[in-house]
Amino acid sequence: MPESLFASTLHALLHILTALLLPPLIPGLINKVKAVMAGRTGPPVLQLYYDLAKLSRKQAVFSRTTTWIFMAGPAGAVAVGLCAAMLVPFGHFHAPLHFQGDVILFAYLLGLSRFLTVLSALDTGSSFEGMGAAREVTFAALAEPALFLGFAALAKSTGSLSLSTMLAHTGPLLRFSGPLVLVLAGWAIVYMAENSRIPVDDPNTHLELTMIHEVMVLDHSGRPFALVLYGSSLKLLVLSALLVGPVLPRNVGPLLGWLAFYLALGILAVGVGFAESVMARFRMTKVPQFLVAGVLATAFAFLLMLV
Amino acid sequence: MFHDILITLTVLTNFTLVATSRIHKSIQVAAFQGVLLGLLPMTLGLGFHVHILLMAAAAVIVKGWFIPFLLRRALAKVHIHREVHPYIGYTVSLMLCALGTGMSIVLAHNLPLKPGGPFALFVPAALATLFTGFLLLVSRRKAITQVVGYLVLENGIFLFGLMLIEDMPILVETGVLLDLFVGIFVMGIVINHISVAFDSMDTRQLAELKD
Amino acid sequence: MVAPAARVARVVGMTLYLLAILFAAVSGVPGLFSRGFGGKGAAALMIVSALLGISASAWVLYGGSGSSIMLPATATISWGLVSFDPIAAFFLVPVLLLSACASIYGISYWDDHHQEGAGKVRFFLGLLAAFLALLVGATHAFVFLLAWEGMALMAFVLVMTEDREAETRRAAWIYLACTHTGTLLLLGAFAVMAGATGGFAFSGLPPGLASTGKGTAMFVLFLLGFGFKAGVLPLHFWLPPAHAAAPSHVSSVMSGVLIKMGILGFVRLAAWVPDPPVWWGGILVVLGALSGIMGVALALGQHDLKRLLAYHSIENIGIILLGLGLGLIGKSTGHPALQVLGFAGALLHVLNHSLFKGLLFLAAGSVVHVTGTRDLERLGGLGRSMPRTAAAFLVGAWAICGLPPLNGFVSEWLIYLAAFRGLAHFHWGLSLIALGALSVIGALALACFAKAYGVVFQGEPRSTAAAQAQESPSAMILPMGILASVCVGIGLAPVLIAKPLDRVLSELAGRGQGLPELGSLAGLSWLSALAIPLLMLGIILWKWSIPKPQAKEQPTWGCGYLAPNPRMQYTASSFADGLVQGMSWVLWPKAAGGRVRGYFPFPRRFQSHLPDPVLDRVAEPGLKGTAFLLSTLRFLQAGHMSIYLLYILLTLLTLLVWMVV
Repeated sequence: MPESLFASTLHALLHILTALLLPPLIPGLINKVKAVMAGRTGPPVLQLYYDLAKLSRKQAVFSRTTTWIFMAGPAGAVAVGLCAAMLVPFGHFHAPLHFQGDVILFAYLLGLSRFLTVLSALDTGSSFEGMGAAREVTFAALAEPALFLGFAALAKSTGSLSLSTMLAHTGPLLRFSGPLVLVLAGWAIVYMAENSRIPVDDPNTHLELTMIHEVMVLDHSGRPFALVLYGSSLKLLVLSALLVGPVLPRNVGPLLGWLAFYLALGILAVGVGFAESVMARFRMTKVPQFLVAGVLATAFAFLLMLV
Repeated sequence: MFHDILITLTVLTNFTLVATSRIHKSIQVAAFQGVLLGLLPMTLGLGFHVHILLMAAAAVIVKGWFIPFLLRRALAKVHIHREVHPYIGYTVSLMLCALGTGMSIVLAHNLPLKPGGPFALFVPAALATLFTGFLLLVSRRKAITQVVGYLVLENGIFLFGLMLIEDMPILVETGVLLDLFVGIFVMGIVINHISVAFDSMDTRQLAELKD
Repeated sequence: MVAPAARVARVVGMTLYLLAILFAAVSGVPGLFSRGFGGKGAAALMIVSALLGISASAWVLYGGSGSSIMLPATATISWGLVSFDPIAAFFLVPVLLLSACASIYGISYWDDHHQEGAGKVRFFLGLLAAFLALLVGATHAFVFLLAWEGMALMAFVLVMTEDREAETRRAAWIYLACTHTGTLLLLGAFAVMAGATGGFAFSGLPPGLASTGKGTAMFVLFLLGFGFKAGVLPLHFWLPPAHAAAPSHVSSVMSGVLIKMGILGFVRLAAWVPDPPVWWGGILVVLGALSGIMGVALALGQHDLKRLLAYHSIENIGIILLGLGLGLIGKSTGHPALQVLGFAGALLHVLNHSLFKGLLFLAAGSVVHVTGTRDLERLGGLGRSMPRTAAAFLVGAWAICGLPPLNGFVSEWLIYLAAFRGLAHFHWGLSLIALGALSVIGALALACFAKAYGVVFQGEPRSTAAAQAQESPSAMILPMGILASVCVGIGLAPVLIAKPLDRVLSELAGRGQGLPELGSLAGLSWLSALAIPLLMLGIILWKWSIPKPQAKEQPTWGCGYLAPNPRMQYTASSFADGLVQGMSWVLWPKAAGGRVRGYFPFPRRFQSHLPDPVLDRVAEPGLKGTAFLLSTLRFLQAGHMSIYLLYILLTLLTLLVWMVV
């Protein structure tokens, strides 16, 4: 989309600012919705910002068993999340960094953040973290193909391998057409798995039998824990942008486009909060079936595109 | 013409080898066969180059003197003079040898090898010597007689190789070297070790090594 | 006529190459004579060889032209051709680099004072490197097979180094049988090829041959022969026992380079055939997907560190085959972009895999050397006592999972690009298989290496051997450092490798065919542009989050349990259990024991094991059955020599009579 240099710089700046400042708002919104639906007042929407500020001032405590990886894990996860945020288009504007094949880099950056989180979890030598790490890698093995098959469907449709083009201009796939709906359904399942939302994982539970992500960060405190919380909200933002991109209107002006993006993020957050309030978490043995359903959805989306 | 005489004598020595039971005699006859074959290159009408003379001399010395010398030394150590109870009796083996010679003449006639010139009798003679060697190997019990049989086998191969003397003299020389190899390696080690390990030269005992 | 400068360049390249082979071959010789100096002497000679060879390769790949020499021919046998073309130059780099690193490593790892047969290991390692270097440059069937056999035999001797263990002997025996089967198949393949081209020298096949029956026979024979060497499923079963039984620096050379010689064969085949049928590439893609997924799935269930790494080699060969298959499909259907991306990804992965697999084996060797055990369940906490080995293993694990910004990601990225491009075409099914396989492989590899690194280097030591570990000597750390820095280098600056890849690709395309440059198809510089900020950002955040000096150190929280011990940590088998059980319908794991009954149970034992599906369930029972059937023919072996000679005589007579009749 032809833009002047000034306009594209402005968009890039706004993109970076959004990526840096917006993420903690999303979990705040989700928790607020959940509280309201449960009949409580709940924490303020800006709660996570306050938490991060408080944690930055706190002294960290760490276990004797750990090595430098324990600290490096959260830092790496945030760095990776920010780079991934630079690749994902917000709305229908190009991301600050886009090139052919960045979709693969995006998926593997998510993998990298998972790798670092798992290693920093195993570093503590506790069986809790080990359990969480084992479950995390098992479920990721099922969720990855869904992500990639969705990208395959979009790539075939748009003929491009850049996220900015694939999500923003989905080519012959009209919004709300069958294949696109299936892709988004599959990706919604991946979203829930990656961000540890109900029904895959309950972010508020602390029972070892049920935790996946929560348990991996059990031993972090202080600044590393702040990075952990910020990193997970960053992942929420990035994956929400992935889901929201194809459904946003395309041919609107810049201001309206950004407003539409923020509105869509808000609606998605509210939707997630709503879903978390009305659903219960699946039994651990049902989660693989759930993820395979996601893979099948995206596979069918691809096949439908050929018909 | 001389080469035909030599070839015929070779075939006759085959019969002698098969029929005799005295080991000294078989060694002598094998030596004689070797001398015959060693002289053969000189009678083929190729001239008397140094190369051919040297080759003939080497063959005669190795086949005619050196290997029989080693064989006799081995024989002196183990005190055997006769081959008794071969697997195939002497009369029968003589008849088999005759049969083999006849068959090799028939085969040579029918095989698509038709060397002309002085080499006409080579193929049947070589095949006959080959069969004689095999016959000795198969039918005899004593290790020394089997070595003699191997030498006869080699003489047959040497005869074949002589047909190529013009194109590939190196092959013939390698044949002589192979004889030397037999002389030193096979006899020295195998016979010595058999007599040391088993206290006997009877190859029946080798069957103990069966899997 | 060639310009004099170009001729000088060619001679220089060839001379350096031949000198490199010579130095590698003699590197083990000083060790046979002097006991104290053998290790350092071998390493020095091997380093010289590597420097010569790598400069020769760089010379050819970055600008010079290849050269070839003809070994002298006699009237009967023509010994053939050694040609230092770009393919040879490219494959020479991992050969010599890894051999040099293994030699340096061997100074401390397998020295004369602590291990037996050190001189023998050095000698044969040098010869192995020399044969490998000769093999990459061979362009005549005789030289190729000579070098192939030499390489196989040297590797066999090296695998048999610790021949007192029954397991080692068995592994070496299986290796020997498999490699010779492969060689036999190759003999057949070269015979068919010679029949088609009329000579044994490697030259392009005539167009149109590939689609005939002869072409198919040749391809199948080559596929099986090279597949045996490369470790393609289902011909992979010799690989895990052999690589686990050999000394670790030998394993690193074997895994890093030896199996790539099978890939070299495939690459040479791709270069000869101007018009491969599409099903050739299709078969490679399918086999690649199978090897990749099954390889990593089997690796997940292993509890022996070196067997785990060996199965990962099978997985990576699968990835390379995916790239090769996609490239061949591109060549068949005339899509240059697909061809370039597929082949480039495969070739780069060859180099990358040799680097990081070599690194991983060296690190594993360091662990085994210090603790004396390969069992994952007995290790743990080594990250604190062996920090440099741990860092090296981390780099290797990071690279092998294909995570940015290291080199594994670059090659997998190229193959992904090829697969995505192929989706737009007629044969999208194969591209979809490749894509799906790659994504599953990536996720499973991440699981497996998280397990490997986590169980070995993190947490608490699970046995006294692990608790008493110390860092390895510097001679073992240095080669790991070299390999790790090359991994990081290629990952951060992949544009450096684009030109050599382009040169090799032009060889693969055949004469007179223009191909788009790699740089124009794949934004390699973008990867660098992202990698550096990523690293810097990570370091900045890490520095920010590091606690101040007076931060408190506590034991790990045990959820209120008063006496946690290291045995309560997650074991390797438990970590992988979810995935292994999920895939139990292909993996058939075996477990025994463990049922706990009653309220006050007695101590129980539990054992789980993942036997290799091909070796333990197909090959061994099949061969045992065949042996039983054949033993009924025992009566033919009477034991009397006369009878055997009679057999020979009868055969000879039969043949003669048959010829006449």
